[in-house]
Amino acid sequence: MSTATIVSLPDQSTARIPKVNFLTKENGLLSWLLTGDHKRIATLYLISITFFFFIGGALAALIRLQLLTPGAELMATDTYDKVFSMHGLIMVFFFLVPSVPATIGNFVIPIMVGAKDLALPKINLLSWYLYVIAGIMMIYTMSVGGVDTGWTFTTPLSTHYLNTHVVSAGLAVFVAGFSSIFTGLNFIVTIHKMRCPGMTWFRLPLFVWSNYAASVLMVLGTPVLAITLVLVVLERTLGIGVFDPAKGGDPLLFQHLFWFYSHPAVYIMILPGFGVISEVVSTFSRKRVFGYTAVAFSSVAIAVFGFFVWAHHMFIMGISNYSALVFSLLTMLVAVPSAIKIYNWAFTLYKGSITFETPMLYALGFMGLFTIGGLTGVFLGSTGTDIHLTETYFVVAHFHFVMVGGMLMSFLSGIHFWWPKWTGRMYPEKISQFAAVVTYIGFNLTFFPQFILGMLGMPRRYASYPPEFQVLNVFSTAGATVLGVGYLLPLLYLTWSLKYGAIAGENPWQATGLEWQIQSPPLTENFAETPIMDHEAYDYDWLERKQASEVASV
Amino acid sequence: MIEGTHEHKDETEEQIHIVSPRIYILIGATLLILTGTTAAVSFVELGPFNVVVALAIAVIKAMLVVLFFMHLRYSPRLTKLTAISGIFIFLGLISMTLADYISRAWGRW
Ligand code: HEM
Ligand SMILES: [Cu+2]
Repeated sequence: MSTATIVSLPDQSTARIPKVNFLTKENGLLSWLLTGDHKRIATLYLISITFFFFIGGALAALIRLQLLTPGAELMATDTYDKVFSMHGLIMVFFFLVPSVPATIGNFVIPIMVGAKDLALPKINLLSWYLYVIAGIMMIYTMSVGGVDTGWTFTTPLSTHYLNTHVVSAGLAVFVAGFSSIFTGLNFIVTIHKMRCPGMTWFRLPLFVWSNYAASVLMVLGTPVLAITLVLVVLERTLGIGVFDPAKGGDPLLFQHLFWFYSHPAVYIMILPGFGVISEVVSTFSRKRVFGYTAVAFSSVAIAVFGFFVWAHHMFIMGISNYSALVFSLLTMLVAVPSAIKIYNWAFTLYKGSITFETPMLYALGFMGLFTIGGLTGVFLGSTGTDIHLTETYFVVAHFHFVMVGGMLMSFLSGIHFWWPKWTGRMYPEKISQFAAVVTYIGFNLTFFPQFILGMLGMPRRYASYPPEFQVLNVFSTAGATVLGVGYLLPLLYLTWSLKYGAIAGENPWQATGLEWQIQSPPLTENFAETPIMDHEAYDYDWLERKQASEVASV
Repeated sequence: MIEGTHEHKDETEEQIHIVSPRIYILIGATLLILTGTTAAVSFVELGPFNVVVALAIAVIKAMLVVLFFMHLRYSPRLTKLTAISGIFIFLGLISMTLADYISRAWGRW
């Protein structure tokens, strides 16, 4: 019992990685840079976002080091402003937004719907190039001195008062926005048009549903961000005056426009993560996801409601009382579909035969941390408490619980889950379980004290703080070191496993998705012949019958 | 969701619709006339209505371009729905933002 596991690997003495697969099909740098294969583009994305994750991580380390002591000893206060701004910009726009959709989504969505590729392979490649161009612009911004507006480009700070590189940073995010619009567009078209015979909407894996919802948000929301940033750039360079009261403009208009994108953007970041959790929880409890349709529609509900809550970021900024009231109520509404999902995953676990492989450990971590993150969002959505808590470390803790505790956990869960499919090899199980636990402990140690700091009134975005806050800040910095180890470990052992990992075979997890019924790594065209979907999603009986008949026919 | 039953219809509708050059020329001419109108109206003093008129004409022009030049009029329902969802979201943005501006004048309770 103690070693209960569902992993079933082929006989290692005879197993081989299939000679022909998408990685070996063609060789040479050009075959990668000009590829149309969604799996190769996903790989390019994976490498690029990992690169930015570690840059963002290094900046985070600097922030935590600075906050180890109450004074501003490590760096000048304006340098500190740049460091946290660049950290936020890189982590949000260059890691979290593309994290699951552009890597895992790109890799598995076409396979999950039973297609050979995304509907628009060249647009997919273009999206990666735009990401790279945007990334270069961001690195340029950083190397010539950075930007210190915060990731939110707040006016009039960004338009009138700062002499840092707002323009190049804004344009970098503008270009990155187009890369995510293209990804979203591609997913929408693919999911509508490329489903294989028998693949009805309600047979789609929930990962596809949640990425569909996120794609809708990307396509409808991102253009608003793009326009807003262009307006900031024009205001700054030409003084057109839309955000300048002296010329009849209004700085709050910027806030409206920015958060009109950026609240949906938090769901762009989290929805694909929800999808990963649905797949993983089902696979490792051997049960169909409880309330499939509720989970599917809650993604759509989040996508729709998500557009109508943005002013909860502006409660203290001078919006009208009546607006604050309406937006506060709507914010409560958007928490409902998120809660539906958590309940449904919990019910999926109930009476399931649960095993605790690494993806599942991360998924369970997600469920705990996202619940805390989401519920504290409700505190912040209540106008009364928000007046006390806004612009304090409470907000910082809230969004790190959802973004790092939620999204990063689900990203790592998904990477471990699909790694055998992607590379054909298993990651080493014991050390990765260890890493998952380290991440969980490190995360809580880092961010839980920040809730308390926020309640006590420590403001965010300052390089120094009153000495009485030091103990909790030391906890937080210590936790960040543990967390750092938790993130470095996967980088090391996953790289190691590329060469030395055990051969995974087609379906190491005994999972039901179409992607698990084909060879690992897959062929360039995914399927030798067009699959026909003749069963519901997460139908473990179907899998058992299929495997039984395969054994019988050998 | 809305699909499935309409799937077949969509496919037949999708057959590329050929728009006659006459329509294109007609629409092109209308656009030019409307541009002229915008320019002309800008010389007339209408108070706050200058903006209203200019925006109204711009909206009509955009509709013509989307409906005819971009073939939305002859497109499957799914494409129409996509375009409409963009407008819907845009209206949400504008109306809820304006609601804030308007109700600020109502003061505190
Ligand atoms: C589950 C329901 C959620 C609710 C009710 C909620 C509510 C809120 C509220 C009211 C604020 C504004 C706090 C303030 O500035 O005073 C806020 C901030 C924030 N939330 Fe959430 N949130 C939720 C989920 C999420 C998710 C899923 C994410 C990201 C994945 C997220 C990311 C953020 C971020 C980044 C900020 C801070 C932005 C900034 O000022 O820099 N939230 N949330
Ligand atoms: Cu929000």
